[in-house]
Amino acid sequence: MLGLRVALAVAAACLICGGHALAAIGDDPLQSPQWTDIKDRYLGAAKAIFDPRVVVSGPRVAEDSMNVPVGIRITGLSEVRRVLVIADLNPIVKVLEFSPKGALPFLHFRMKLQQGSPVRAMVQTADGVWHVGGIWIDARGGGCTAPSVGRSSANWTETLGQVQSRVWQGEAQSRVKLSIMHPMDTGLAPGIPAFYIERLSLQDAAGKEWMTLDTFEPVSENPVFSFDFTGPPPPGLSLVGRDNNGNRINAKVAQ
Amino acid sequence: MIAGLLRTLAGRVFVALMFGAALHAPRLAAESLDYRLEPRKIADDTWVLIGKTEDFSRSNGGNIVNTAFVVTAVGVVVIDSGPSRLYAEQMRRAIARITPKPVIRVFNTHHHPDHFLGNQVFADVPTAALAATIAGQRQEGTAFTDNVYRLSGDWIKGTEPAPARETVAPGVKVVANHEFELIALSGHTDGDLVILDRSTGVLFAGDLVFYNRAPTTPHATMGQWLAALDRLDAISYRTMVPGHGEPVSDGRAIKQTRRYLRWVENTMRQAVERGDDMAEVLGLAVPAEFASIPLSREEFARSVAHLYRRYETGTLSRRE
Repeated sequence: MLGLRVALAVAAACLICGGHALAAIGDDPLQSPQWTDIKDRYLGAAKAIFDPRVVVSGPRVAEDSMNVPVGIRITGLSEVRRVLVIADLNPIVKVLEFSPKGALPFLHFRMKLQQGSPVRAMVQTADGVWHVGGIWIDARGGGCTAPSVGRSSANWTETLGQVQSRVWQGEAQSRVKLSIMHPMDTGLAPGIPAFYIERLSLQDAAGKEWMTLDTFEPVSENPVFSFDFTGPPPPGLSLVGRDNNGNRINAKVAQ
Repeated sequence: MIAGLLRTLAGRVFVALMFGAALHAPRLAAESLDYRLEPRKIADDTWVLIGKTEDFSRSNGGNIVNTAFVVTAVGVVVIDSGPSRLYAEQMRRAIARITPKPVIRVFNTHHHPDHFLGNQVFADVPTAALAATIAGQRQEGTAFTDNVYRLSGDWIKGTEPAPARETVAPGVKVVANHEFELIALSGHTDGDLVILDRSTGVLFAGDLVFYNRAPTTPHATMGQWLAALDRLDAISYRTMVPGHGEPVSDGRAIKQTRRYLRWVENTMRQAVERGDDMAEVLGLAVPAEFASIPLSREEFARSVAHLYRRYETGTLSRRE
């Protein structure tokens, strides 16, 4: 009898506390314990909705925690202003911030994951509303606290900031894929300070920006990005950027 | 106040119980950690332990690999020592049920964890592998063990990587009434040892050949692997033991491995030429021929992680 009473009391308490715990996770489809904190920190009081029009793709399990491929496609949303990519459970949560401007709101890149985590794209449209999409990627870990691979070779400074690229011209759309030689050190590997590209933009011959990208430590070493445009890429397109040590990046990526 | 505190505590306990239950439910009691190894005789003096065509898990404990042993007149030659200390201990007991003869030598076909993490149980006999295999065991053994522990849990307890202590020289090695031809190849890893027992016609192909289990590529060099398969095709044998999957008596396992690898390679070549990015390649369909092979979707995704960058690099050009 006493046992039953305790069980009932526990059950009642569970309803209260359990209900509270669920409310803390909110309506997050990924049920992340960090979601409300992340929402408060990055989106503040602005309206935020989970939106199937924001599609994040990637592996179910990260085979290589240092290079986890992620794709973002936003379709059916007009006037995309900002795309924040975050990984809730990474030691450094913010991965990048993308403003498509004249480019399509699609982005492909690779990132480091320290452990299994939601990877989300939080997309702000011109009306101020945030549209959130994401997936859960499992990882065995160590992606952020391991030294970059290039550090083990003596000549990485010689190739620092080198750009490789190619343009693919489709019927309605074009793609610019580019890679930049950079260690993208997170600062979490012992004795190696944070050293990463922090700003990239694609500019045409007249200096008009066609997209901007703020990148952070979790972006993979020697990062590769794919950007898509309606029609051909703007003529004379250059990649312009800098890292957090003031090294400049500048390369013409389309004629 | 106190009631509220109690409620909170009760709630916490409940949550702890819930999560605790979820975490502990699949964990097996120590006494049930039995790989149930049943040696299967495939030729005179020759037994194989056929693993499941699965990935490492907490239910299979890493028994996903084929190991083998040959009982010669002077003692037992073991080919691959399995994924853990526990596996190798149980393997030795299984061998002892077949023959009173001592184990006299262990070969590792390559450096992947499921093929050599049992080595520590054979500290009393020579363990041998190709030089490239020993280098890989030394370099990656600890990371492999950590990862296998993460995937398979308690089964792996007490497992320490023990790299092979003798370097295999390719050529013929006669052990009493058995004449072994040791063939040094590469492609699945930098060192893939193939062993042909000329006395019985059994070919131990290691992981150069997978059968009805999708090939894995974390250390693969595709061109070398395909060339190694051509070498294997030129060998006459009665029975082939692939590294994973059922033994066969004809070329079907080589053929399946070759077709799968060529598909992976062609798919990646075409994708980089189209300009696909990695996340897009993950979404490509696996054709029906391979979709029915266990783990083909998972292994294809892993192969994208292992290999895509290599193919992609060649499609981009330096810009100033």
